[in-house]
Amino acid sequence: MSTGTPLPHDSALMHVTGTARYVDDLPVPAGTLHLAFGLSTVAHGDITAMDLSAVATAPGVVAVLTADDLPFVNDVSSSDHDEPLLSDGTVHYIGQPVFLVVAESHIAARKAARRGRIACAERPAILTGDQALAAGSRFEGGPVIWQKGNAEAAIDAAPLVVEGSLNMGGQEHFYLEGQAALALPQEGGDMIVHSSTQHPTEVQHKVAEAIGVAMHAVRIEVRRMGGGFGGKESQGNALAVACAVAARATGRPCKMRYDRDDDMMITGKRHDFRIDYRAGVDDRGRILGLDVRHLVRCGWSMDLSLPVADRAMLHADNAYALPHVRIESHRLRTNTQSATAFRGFGGPQGMLGMERIIDHIAHRLGHDPLAVRLVNYYPAANDESPASATSATGTPEQAARALVPGEDPASRAAVDLSAPADAPDPRGHATTPFHQPVEDFILHEMTDRLRKTAGYDRRRAEIAEWNRLSPVLKRGIAMTPVKFGISFTLTHLNQAGALVHVYQDGSVHLNHGGTEMGQGLFRKVAQVAARVFGIAPEAIRITATDTAKVPNTSATAASSGSDLNGMAVKAACETIRDRIAAHLADLRQTSAEHVVFGNGNVRVGGDEITFAEAAMAAYLGRVSLSATGFYATPKLSWDRKRGVGRPFLYFAYGVAVSEVAIDTLTGENRILRTDILHDAGASLNPAIDTGQIEGGFVQGAGWLTTEELVWDGKGRLTTHAPSTYKIPVASDRPRIFKVELWDAPNREDTIFRSKAVGEPPLMHGNSVFLALSDACAACGPHWPDLQAPATAERVLAAVRRARGPEGAGT
Amino acid sequence: MTDVAFSLNGSHVTLSDIPPTRTLLEWLREDRGLKGTKEGCNEGDCGACTVMVSDGEGSRALNACLLFLPQLNGKALHTVEGLSGPDGALHPVQQAMIDHHGSQCGFCTPGIVMSLATAHLEGARDHDDRLAGNLCRCTGYAPILRAAMAAESHPVPAWLADPGGNVPEPASVGSDAVQPESADDLAAWYLANPDATLVAGATDVGLWVTKALQHLGSVAFLGRCRDLQQISPVGGSLRIGAGVTIAALREALTASHSNFAEFLRRFASEQIRGAATIGGNIANGSPIGDTPPALIAMGARLHLRQGDARREIALEDFFLDYRKQDRRAGEFVEAVSIPASTPDLACYKLSKRFDQDISAVCGCFNITLEGSIVASARIAFGGMAGIPKRARAVEAALLGRPFTLETAHSALPAFASDFAPMSDMRASAAYRLEAAQALLLRHVHERLGTPVSVLELEAGA
Repeated sequence: MSTGTPLPHDSALMHVTGTARYVDDLPVPAGTLHLAFGLSTVAHGDITAMDLSAVATAPGVVAVLTADDLPFVNDVSSSDHDEPLLSDGTVHYIGQPVFLVVAESHIAARKAARRGRIACAERPAILTGDQALAAGSRFEGGPVIWQKGNAEAAIDAAPLVVEGSLNMGGQEHFYLEGQAALALPQEGGDMIVHSSTQHPTEVQHKVAEAIGVAMHAVRIEVRRMGGGFGGKESQGNALAVACAVAARATGRPCKMRYDRDDDMMITGKRHDFRIDYRAGVDDRGRILGLDVRHLVRCGWSMDLSLPVADRAMLHADNAYALPHVRIESHRLRTNTQSATAFRGFGGPQGMLGMERIIDHIAHRLGHDPLAVRLVNYYPAANDESPASATSATGTPEQAARALVPGEDPASRAAVDLSAPADAPDPRGHATTPFHQPVEDFILHEMTDRLRKTAGYDRRRAEIAEWNRLSPVLKRGIAMTPVKFGISFTLTHLNQAGALVHVYQDGSVHLNHGGTEMGQGLFRKVAQVAARVFGIAPEAIRITATDTAKVPNTSATAASSGSDLNGMAVKAACETIRDRIAAHLADLRQTSAEHVVFGNGNVRVGGDEITFAEAAMAAYLGRVSLSATGFYATPKLSWDRKRGVGRPFLYFAYGVAVSEVAIDTLTGENRILRTDILHDAGASLNPAIDTGQIEGGFVQGAGWLTTEELVWDGKGRLTTHAPSTYKIPVASDRPRIFKVELWDAPNREDTIFRSKAVGEPPLMHGNSVFLALSDACAACGPHWPDLQAPATAERVLAAVRRARGPEGAGT
Repeated sequence: MTDVAFSLNGSHVTLSDIPPTRTLLEWLREDRGLKGTKEGCNEGDCGACTVMVSDGEGSRALNACLLFLPQLNGKALHTVEGLSGPDGALHPVQQAMIDHHGSQCGFCTPGIVMSLATAHLEGARDHDDRLAGNLCRCTGYAPILRAAMAAESHPVPAWLADPGGNVPEPASVGSDAVQPESADDLAAWYLANPDATLVAGATDVGLWVTKALQHLGSVAFLGRCRDLQQISPVGGSLRIGAGVTIAALREALTASHSNFAEFLRRFASEQIRGAATIGGNIANGSPIGDTPPALIAMGARLHLRQGDARREIALEDFFLDYRKQDRRAGEFVEAVSIPASTPDLACYKLSKRFDQDISAVCGCFNITLEGSIVASARIAFGGMAGIPKRARAVEAALLGRPFTLETAHSALPAFASDFAPMSDMRASAAYRLEAAQALLLRHVHERLGTPVSVLELEAGA
């Protein structure tokens, strides 16, 4: 059985030999032109004059385009049509594209772009969340508020109230392959675009709008990305559109890739948050009432900020049953890069806020934070089979809403079509703050196991003793859970298509709507196809994502890649397999259930032929060996305005223990050991899933430690290259790093009972932040109030706070 | 324009009339069509463009984005396309990377395998250090380290056993770029061309081209000045030629100056250390270069040369003001001398990330004791002023007093008279001052036997 096997990444051999092609590696036709943007150097203002004569006369320049030169729609937004490809006369952040240089080479375009002279009448710039809040600069008019029960009354009645605030920084994706696109103009005004994008359909849509054609005239192809992490869900639109517009204008192929500094100056990053909290608790630390406020810095345009902020709210409970809760979310507009999707999509911020609240409660009560976690966990899943769909949604009649002209319904920022009713859980499960019953909670068992295998209690005691004797260095340990909701919260995006061909020689051509960005999706989906046909995975040819093969795809995002595309591929393969089976059964005068596929062979009654022979037989019998497959996730029903419904089919779980050390003189800090137990359901590929967990953890730990984005007082990002923005390197990983899969089938009927694994492991990085906070707390009696990212500077500040005024000078 | 000859994956390459500042990465990808070597940052920080460069001295992993083509003259270059055997057999590190799932998106992978293969050639086991210049955003590095360890036991494949080097070089070079053969040649030419740019490792000058997009004009490549690449004992000191790379220096000083050598482990990355020179790190005048504070604390003497005129000054006197050095037109750094041993030297570097980062604060202490009394103190900091600077008030506050935490605490206020640091993306002014003080406390703690380094801690079992 090919699923469950730790096969290497489909392109591993090409990776190590340097033969895997990314967009910038594709051979280009002679005469290909290269593009670069001229960028705004002020954070907010009106362009009063533009002198681009020196640009136009620079060596190698073929054309210079401004907004006035764009033939059709000047928009690359994934949501609110508020993101012109080239400034429409106002600039909104330092780094905004203002003009487009078309030149004979990449370097010529870059050099020429610096010769532009843009005069601006500056307007006051809103840079921080506090400034935006004060100025009322926001999206959606006012805050989004969800509640369950009566938080205020519950907090007021509680024996103890804990309140505080946590700032957490954003995060640059730092995909190793920068954004890139290549447009090849075709006859009749058609356009083919190779794009490094997680969302080919949206690129197709935006390109079609920009060059004034229908979507059928634009084909997007994506073989692979050199990393995405959410940074290529919407941020590739600008390059693809620029290339298409320039290719249309010049009749020549056009390629664009951002230099790394441009990439970091132009594109969006993870949203930074401030989370204010007020919790009413009892003496065991049980949360009786909780009031949480999210301040979300969205940047200058809407992009995907609304669903990101929603998902932060959706994970504001993390793993804890909150009887009375109120969550208020402010989506603040600032004159900075437009924050965008990043692995976890708001989930990490919401979840870290909750984990911080637990730690604060434990500190106040003098309890082990793990004990406080356990008393607040959701009740364990019962043994009942999962509830069947109570209110089906996503039905054709509900999808009949009229779209706003130009709206991209394939974007996660589109408006929801469904309008579900309240659905209180009939069987009495504990419910989330958004009233979804938690039916599959397995963290009690997972926590028990990891607590033992990682030696949590013993090590916690040893660390306390060690700290008592160590004046300069302190250690800390924390155990944190993850419960992450799986499904796009925009219900209609939970669909996928596949196209499968079987050729007469028995080889299989596989295509689906998902994109490969390194996560191993193509390998996992090929394993699904191999299992259905009972053949070796090598017999499956994985092919580039192509909007002409599978249309109307959703972004490869929200961890949904294998859940959705695996099911669609399974459906397509089963269609073909069943046709072959029926044909062979006819030939042998038996019934199709007696035709068995396995080990590269097909057994019909007592006879066995190869799969290739079966394919040939079907071909000769004039049986179609090509099929599409389609999947729509069941059971979903969600009203985001009110915060009520079932946005998620299921939850993915995990738990982590991290141990850290800090230097109380300088604040320097390091991870010493991490143990992770993670739930990938019945894993489709344990090696790939383990890779997602290891990589996600290190990325999450980086977000909360060394990765700091800094803007200066003018709104200029000063950390716009790897020289100043520090993602983890090899030595930053824990020296002792143990990752184990919780290998149990998903209760829900997902692809071979596996679970999504792309995003959830990132949040194991929370254990590092809380272990650092634990180490700081070992320095004195006061609440250290560690802020994120926990750079040496912030750790030192927390050490000072823990010591308090009486500890000054030690 | 200039002429260059080198070998590429075993084949001889001769280039004529190339622009002297065309980078190897541009040439490989755009001219030669070898797309395996990737551009991730174009500034020497990500390692996606790592290639193997060999000469008579051995093989180094270097960043192709910061190598100008003339720097390759006479060398043997291997790219990822030349790593497998002639029959397509994989190099052991390639096979191990597949077996251990060391690639996900694959974009960093060519650079990773080139770093691993170069380390493998030398039988290196310090994998974290060898990989510090290779960023991977997908894997969390764990599988890459597993692959590196798995490949250790495999022999160097026959096709790489002699990576080559000593390729015959073109007899003449071009008009706007020279490659002097000796310090004498350089001195004469630079005196006549004082506005020219001197290129040693190009790890900083490279950025003027790839990021600032400058045209450098007249350029001298110093790689062939063998006499500038020597380390020799002179009396009671070591004379280090300006062209000695940081990597060579680290290797040479491992036994005699172990503290300094360990500090150099954290100087940038393997790729940068293999190219960057001590002379460049000094002459550049950066307030955050890592070697000057250490050298000042040692009491290093700087040897400057202008034509045939030579002078020697204390290194701290070279740095006058932000990016302003005591260097005359046509004068260059020829060497720096340090004491033959520096047993009391301690160097501390604070940065956001331990490896391959630029110092927010770098503090170097050279305090000698008579009994328990401070007999002499040379303390220098980077990142605390517009230049690498001695902490003279702090030194004075320690001198003649017992070497204790109490003395150190009493000296802390002196930092504010020595330094008024600035805030930037690396640290705030307040943190810099506080951390600089903390480094003095750390130094005292350390010499009193208290563990002070989180890097030396291990987790509980």
